[in-house]
Amino acid sequence: MSTVNDDNLSPWDESFDRRSALVKAGGVGAVLALGGMAGASRALAGSSQNAGKVTAFFGQFGTIAEQEAIRKTVLKGFRGDVDAVFAPLGTNVFVDRVRAEAKAGKGNIDLLIGLHGDFVTFQNEGLLRGLDVVTKQITTLPAPLVKIGKLGTKTQFYVPHSQATYVMVAHKDVLKYMPKGADIDALTYGQVFAWAKAIRKGTGQNRFGLPGSDTGLLHRFSQGFLIPSFTGGFVTEFRSKEAVQAWTYMRQLWQYTHPQSVTYGFMQEPLLSGEVLLAWDHVARLKTALDQRPDDLVAFPVPKGPKGRAYMPVIVGLGVPKNAPNPAGANALIRHLTTISSQAQVLSLLGFFPAVGGRLSKRLSPGLLAEAAAVRKQQKAKDAVQALLPIGLAAEGANFNKVYQDTFKRIVRNGENIQTVLKEQGDLLQAIFTKTGAPCWAPDPPSGKAPCRVK
Amino acid sequence: MTSIAQETAPLTRRKRRWEVLPYWLILPTVVYLGLFFVWPMIQGFGLALRDEDGWGITAFETMVNDPAFGEAMSFTFLLILVIVPIQFVLAFGMALLLNAKLRGSGIFLYIFLLPLAISDLAAGIAWSAIFTERGYLNTILEGAGVLDQPHIFLDPTSRTQQIVAVATAEIWRSTTFMMVILFAGLQAIPRDYVEAAEVFGAGFFQRVRHVIMPMLKPSIQVAILLRLIFAFEVFAVVIALTGSGATVLAAEAYKWQATNQNEHVAAAYSVVILGLSLAAAAVVLVVLRTPRERRLR
Repeated sequence: MSTVNDDNLSPWDESFDRRSALVKAGGVGAVLALGGMAGASRALAGSSQNAGKVTAFFGQFGTIAEQEAIRKTVLKGFRGDVDAVFAPLGTNVFVDRVRAEAKAGKGNIDLLIGLHGDFVTFQNEGLLRGLDVVTKQITTLPAPLVKIGKLGTKTQFYVPHSQATYVMVAHKDVLKYMPKGADIDALTYGQVFAWAKAIRKGTGQNRFGLPGSDTGLLHRFSQGFLIPSFTGGFVTEFRSKEAVQAWTYMRQLWQYTHPQSVTYGFMQEPLLSGEVLLAWDHVARLKTALDQRPDDLVAFPVPKGPKGRAYMPVIVGLGVPKNAPNPAGANALIRHLTTISSQAQVLSLLGFFPAVGGRLSKRLSPGLLAEAAAVRKQQKAKDAVQALLPIGLAAEGANFNKVYQDTFKRIVRNGENIQTVLKEQGDLLQAIFTKTGAPCWAPDPPSGKAPCRVK
Repeated sequence: MTSIAQETAPLTRRKRRWEVLPYWLILPTVVYLGLFFVWPMIQGFGLALRDEDGWGITAFETMVNDPAFGEAMSFTFLLILVIVPIQFVLAFGMALLLNAKLRGSGIFLYIFLLPLAISDLAAGIAWSAIFTERGYLNTILEGAGVLDQPHIFLDPTSRTQQIVAVATAEIWRSTTFMMVILFAGLQAIPRDYVEAAEVFGAGFFQRVRHVIMPMLKPSIQVAILLRLIFAFEVFAVVIALTGSGATVLAAEAYKWQATNQNEHVAAAYSVVILGLSLAAAAVVLVVLRTPRERRLR
């Protein structure tokens, strides 16, 4: 059990420190992506005492297949009785329930499995327990990631568990349509467009695909890849002329995008069926395709725009709410989830890359190794720019996504005037920041403690 | 005198008890409707007319200003305009076919009833598996040598194809629902009327037009009424077939609740759906009214 008394903490400020730590972690991500498996022993698994009943609340890994993998494999071998509860996908239930339990004064949740941004919200509201003791026991965690889990304070608020990002995948049949002289590991947005166009010309059909259904993550493409690659940020420059260029580009690319993209949730399915031969998606949503067809598919980094190769890293962490009924059990489960074997299971079953250091086992599937290599290249690229998931928006996170979804729909699909749409949606975006008071996060330039401003 | 009064007193009491009985009998239904329909409806109105800061119409403003609102409204009405007439004609034909008591009409009934047992989401997914580029239809056509390469039958970004796909799935799925109501109505029409018309030399279409249709009016009214109300609630089929390509009112209500986390706007959509359903019901009730003296007894 943690011994840190959170009440004695000085309130951490929105310092530059946290931002730079996050950015540095990107570099470490390289180590982590290839880093991972071999080396460390199972000594960490913790004491052999039974941990009792531990309620684990997952804000991640919510799809049915993921839930099954967690219940049947990842949690197996833990000495204790784990009640795994999963927040419904695409909702704010994860944050809401933790808040509600804190308000009610009676907690049922012992362990939280959420994103970095979730923990920022929880810590802001003083809902988390310190985890210094258990973190020190896990010696395989790389220091930069550990530092991110401190959220700019001196206390460890979450233990890094795993990470992911988004990459591109192509079928080997369409490599011949790639523009001459292009390096697949260092493509530009212009080259991706030329490629998609050439594929259409060569195959007679649009074979570039994006996950554009309501369960797809297309809004992340706008937020973390397209806009920051063109403008260098995703909030402040929302209405800039670079943003107009980005949307003009997207509108043109859409002409060569498979029309069924608006029904795609996970790109692995159309990639496997052959409907799509060039795609972008979250690594965990491409994994099945790469696992099943490692000889036909190649994974490679996302393209680069005028302002760099922006990509969105995803960091999953483990935290304990202040009113957890069994914090000792939660700590035991944290130790279990950060063992090498458990981390390897998360990688091979869920496609999330391990947080603990080491080297990737050769026994991993060729598909995962290919994905890992693409992630590593993307993180190591000199022009890489990290565009982080929203921080500090809490319940407004859904509205934040809606701004990008609606902007996409109005400009790209309905063909509305770009400047008009950006002006109107920019006002909505500003309203979210005015309401929450959330400062800018990377790659937008820091706004200190003031709310982020759309120029 | 007094003796008579004494004798009639228990009778009146019994009579009175008898008169109250129906109210006791409908009480469970009233309680049920009150708890599960009226109260949630009041709550729904309450939610829609509130926001984080208190009472107001912010939720309705947000709803109307959202780019999806107009789209959802127009697509919902477009679907109704396309689906309900086609469905009515088909359902009426199917009901007449069954009512003709041909040999093996029992089998028809079973075949017609099958789609009714399938949930709307499952139906949507099944039709999407048929229409999609790597779907059954393309596989069959390619296998038969009709197509050289797969054709996209369902382009979810094209309005026409959205309508065709959703209407096909909905007609397949729920025409039987109307048919069952019409078939029941047909069976209630005494044979004498139809036979009398036949004696006077009325052909099949004349019998349908001048004898069956007028007598079936109450059933037609119920069938169209219920179908319209369900049409305002459709959304699983639309989502399964078109993804984010098209949207309807009920889908927006769901999205505002589940994805955008704003129960006030979701409730505002529900209020709109309720209002439209009531308006549609009123129109149907007035237009397809059967005067008391013309009703079958």
